[in-house]
Amino acid sequence: MDKLINDFSFGLFFWQALILLVLLFLLRKYAWKPILDSLNNREEGIKNALESAEEAKKEMQSLQADNERILNEARAERDGMLKEARQLKETMITDAKAEAQAEADKIVAQAQATIASEKKAAITELKSQVAELSVEIAEKVVRKELANKKEQLELVDAMLGDVTLN
Amino acid sequence: MHRNLGTEFIHVMQKRTVVKILLIFTFVFNTSNLFAKEPDNGEDGGKVNTKSEIDAYIEHHLQDTHDFTLWSDGETGSHVGFPLPVILWDNGLKVFSSSKFHHGETIAEVDGNYYRLYHGKIYKTDAEGTITYDEDQHPTNPKPLDFSITKNVVTMIFVGILMFLLFGGLARSYKKGALPTGFGRVLEPLVIYVRDEIAIPNIGREKHRKFMGFLLTVFFFIWILNLLGMTPLGVNVTGNIAVTVCLALFTYFITQFSANREYWKHIFWMPGVPVIMKIVLMPIEILGTLTKPFALLIRLFANITAGHVVIMSLIALIFMADNLYVMTPISLLLTIFISVIELLVAFLQAFIFTMLSALFIGLAVQDHEHH
Repeated sequence: MDKLINDFSFGLFFWQALILLVLLFLLRKYAWKPILDSLNNREEGIKNALESAEEAKKEMQSLQADNERILNEARAERDGMLKEARQLKETMITDAKAEAQAEADKIVAQAQATIASEKKAAITELKSQVAELSVEIAEKVVRKELANKKEQLELVDAMLGDVTLN
Repeated sequence: MHRNLGTEFIHVMQKRTVVKILLIFTFVFNTSNLFAKEPDNGEDGGKVNTKSEIDAYIEHHLQDTHDFTLWSDGETGSHVGFPLPVILWDNGLKVFSSSKFHHGETIAEVDGNYYRLYHGKIYKTDAEGTITYDEDQHPTNPKPLDFSITKNVVTMIFVGILMFLLFGGLARSYKKGALPTGFGRVLEPLVIYVRDEIAIPNIGREKHRKFMGFLLTVFFFIWILNLLGMTPLGVNVTGNIAVTVCLALFTYFITQFSANREYWKHIFWMPGVPVIMKIVLMPIEILGTLTKPFALLIRLFANITAGHVVIMSLIALIFMADNLYVMTPISLLLTIFISVIELLVAFLQAFIFTMLSALFIGLAVQDHEHH
């Protein structure tokens, strides 16, 4: 211990303290700070890159799941649409058939109505013609009566017999 | 503006690579030999081959010196190295070259004062350099305050510049891209290691950032100095008590100044114990704050010093041996083995010092929820 104290050189201690202080100051400013900062930045960068890669992976997975889901949905929708279309087609055909039937029925009914009215008109006309004819016959009979009453009657009878055929 | 100058400085310095700087240093070492070679008229021819001489040599190596001696030739008495400035405070600032001492053989005369280098310490003497001793064989001559740029100071400045270049370069390399290039690839994991293995586990993720500068600086400072101590340059900085005291004091002050209320409460008025225990615990706890950095400084100092002693002793085995052919390989093998261990210790001590500093800081800043 005595020797150690004797060996202690204050000058060396002084220089050592000075050198260490200067070295601490200089290195801190020009070496350690930039070195540690860049190391931190780099590590931070690597960490971030890894995190974002993980994030991207997750996103990719969710995207894939989404795609699958969307695809399934689309497929289901397509199936639904096809089914619907088929149903629609069937209903359309059925409707069309019914409508066509109704239309046809209507046309037939109309035709029948027309025929009936035509027939009515024909009958009316016929009746009027018959009346005219009757008048004409009556006229002729009246004229003939003047010559032969008997024959006139026979004529009327014969004519009437002709007319009632209709 | 200041910042621009700084980065500009790094930029200019970076152009010369670290390797070049090292080359320049080697160049300086070698050229200085020319003027550093001084004949040494030693008494015994200067050979180091007896036990006491080896002990003295090892002890001398462990000490700080006023000149940078790479090796010395005992027989011709020449030293290879270069002198360093001596700065003394003795009724005024005295600055002169350590070559004036001629490695302790002559007395330096400055402004009418005489100084003598004796066992690595500078004493004020008379013109003849007489040193008076007390009964314990300690010199009683007055010692001027010695602020010399010694070998250890030079080494620390060198390490400081080296660290500034290395880590300034690493910091700059991040401007070009997220990944460092070149030597930065070696340094970056070490920085991350200190942050993730030392700072964050002990201080916590939220608070560690403030102390990273100190921890990183201390870690690399100690480690590089420890490694330099293993080179044949013969420096022993972290094995010097003044250096470790200084490092530990930094930790101590940082710990105390960043401590929060709970920390002080635990020291002065320990919660959850009877009042008498509180009074008993107070001095113990106050002492505890001092023993923590004390353990730091002793651990580092002792480990590094021991390593140096062991390695040098093992090498010295060669010179002690009667049979060189037997002893040399044994000595070399053992030295290599211990050197590898010391390489580990060099890292380990830097790690432990930083780790414990972080631990003490962490204890001082952490939030106690309960006790």
